[in-house]
Amino acid sequence: MESKVNKYSSQLIIINSVFIILWLTISIFPFLWTLWGSFKVKADFFSRSDWWYAISGFNTMIETGGSFTFNGYIESWTEGAFWKAARNTVIVTFFVVTVSLFLGTLGAYALSRSTYKYTFWILIAALIFRAMPHITLVSGYLFPFFELQIWGILPTTIIVLVAINQPFTLWLLYSFFKTVPKELDESALIDGCSYFQAFRHVIMPIMWPGVVTAGLFSLMLAYNDFTVTSLLLNQQNYTMVPKINAYLGTVEHGGNYMWAVASVVSATAPLFMIVMFFQRNLISGLTAGAIKG
Amino acid sequence: MPHKTFFWFFFPSGLAMLIFIGLPIFSSLFQSLHIQPEQVLIEVETCDPFGCDTEVQVDQEATNVFREENPLGRFNGFKTYADRNHLALNEIAEAWNNKTSFSNFISSVLNLPFYKGLLFTLTFCFSVTPCVIVLGFIVALSVNVIAKSLKGPIIFGTILPMIVTPLIGSLVLFWMIDSQGILGAAIQVLFDDPNLSLKSSKSLTWIMLIVYGIWHNTPFAFVVFYAGLQTVPQDPIEAAIIDGASRAQRVRHIVLPHLYPVATFIALICLMDNFRVLEPILGFSAEGVAQSLSWMIYKDLRNETLMLFGSAGATSMLTILFIGILLTPVLLRTWKEFKTER
Repeated sequence: MESKVNKYSSQLIIINSVFIILWLTISIFPFLWTLWGSFKVKADFFSRSDWWYAISGFNTMIETGGSFTFNGYIESWTEGAFWKAARNTVIVTFFVVTVSLFLGTLGAYALSRSTYKYTFWILIAALIFRAMPHITLVSGYLFPFFELQIWGILPTTIIVLVAINQPFTLWLLYSFFKTVPKELDESALIDGCSYFQAFRHVIMPIMWPGVVTAGLFSLMLAYNDFTVTSLLLNQQNYTMVPKINAYLGTVEHGGNYMWAVASVVSATAPLFMIVMFFQRNLISGLTAGAIKG
Repeated sequence: MPHKTFFWFFFPSGLAMLIFIGLPIFSSLFQSLHIQPEQVLIEVETCDPFGCDTEVQVDQEATNVFREENPLGRFNGFKTYADRNHLALNEIAEAWNNKTSFSNFISSVLNLPFYKGLLFTLTFCFSVTPCVIVLGFIVALSVNVIAKSLKGPIIFGTILPMIVTPLIGSLVLFWMIDSQGILGAAIQVLFDDPNLSLKSSKSLTWIMLIVYGIWHNTPFAFVVFYAGLQTVPQDPIEAAIIDGASRAQRVRHIVLPHLYPVATFIALICLMDNFRVLEPILGFSAEGVAQSLSWMIYKDLRNETLMLFGSAGATSMLTILFIGILLTPVLLRTWKEFKTER
């Protein structure tokens, strides 16, 4: 049965393979190129005279005495204080993921188990909140945060990111909780559990795949955020993405371009590794919303 | 679940959303009704290799005193909405009165900052989304038929552009497309024009940004379509094969109708996400020729001398209004479905 449906002409297979290879090149090559270029000097990575320099490392050889240099990395991490940005990113990401998951699982569980009409309206409101461009929210935060003197510090940013992340987390976990049969917690309730005990001891243990997916998305949001972190943090507390943008701002004055290139690689590599590890969860999360239509 | 239990379960999450998503909207609205105190303006000339610009800036000291006493400024009503940087009602009326032809009127309206931003945002949204849906569908169809053992690595490679943040993604592309990067140099050789640069012309920059948008968003459409393809029922396809339907006919008449709701979902998410386009403009340093609504708010808030809360608030409210218009069809549909379910 399977074989009948999946019988293809050799012509189709060739066209298909060519297309896939082309597509993979388009999506992967820019990253490989940046990785390669991050070990060169600026004159090579942006070699106007001859693009082959970028591969052979002609100027890198002249300036540093080897065809590979770690200068971009060493300087950005020490002189450019990228270590601080990396530390801040780790702090922000860790707390955003933990708090989002804590609030999100509680809320989504309630939404999936309540039979009243207001759950529908809450979910619609969450959808509308999800559509708000983050920058419009930030423009609403800045003034009150200045007045309350909580602008610029990490805890504020963490709470804001958690809140911005809630609508999506709720929708995602809601669709996961819906797949867990109601009878499971109902029987626990009959046995004398409270709702919270049923949630804690019966539902959560079998919800790990969903929680990991939601956690991965929170992680990507916190790790990748630019709008909120660049406007709500002061320069000393910058996370990695606004820090990279700050390096670019100083391009005209210093030769910091290679700092930006090296830190782009430093910031991207851990994310790719995490995603490679959790790829299955990521895809199941992306599709959870779609299957319901 | 009783109301009380529901309340306590949902309370923390709901409170967070209310304070940090609901309230800021009202805070923006409140700010947009105020205006910064009278400012002493000075003209500053900024020069870069491409020419000089005169920019009006604020004399800091003169305004500092008033600001300390009255940080939000004075009440201004809806005047900020009507001024030149937003809806520009006076300027439009003027252009209408002085128009020589209709196209002349349109072009003078589109030169006003807000309409310029709106035009770019909408162009970006509505050119990226259809391309993303079509390309994502094609990629999903072709990945679906390859050998199982290869699928994992190929899916990972395909989704890379989606998992990096837009700023990094656009920088990575920009470094290649820049006139001194590898692709930029290749294009110069190809067209035999050593001065050709994608940055130099407005339409080329717009195309570059749209291409970036497609590159960044297609993986998402691909993954969702790919998952949708796994749920396509096999029986009708079998029947179609027996009836002699070609591959294209099967895709057209069985697979596509099945994936229609999935495509709607992708379109909705893509429109919502692309409407907030900001980072690519910064990454490609395309501020000169491509401004989006989000970028205008960012610029107001990043203003070095004085944060223009009023102006940013007004642009935010207008942006939210447009998001509302975009979402209305979807919300109406959901509402109808909800009604019929009851």
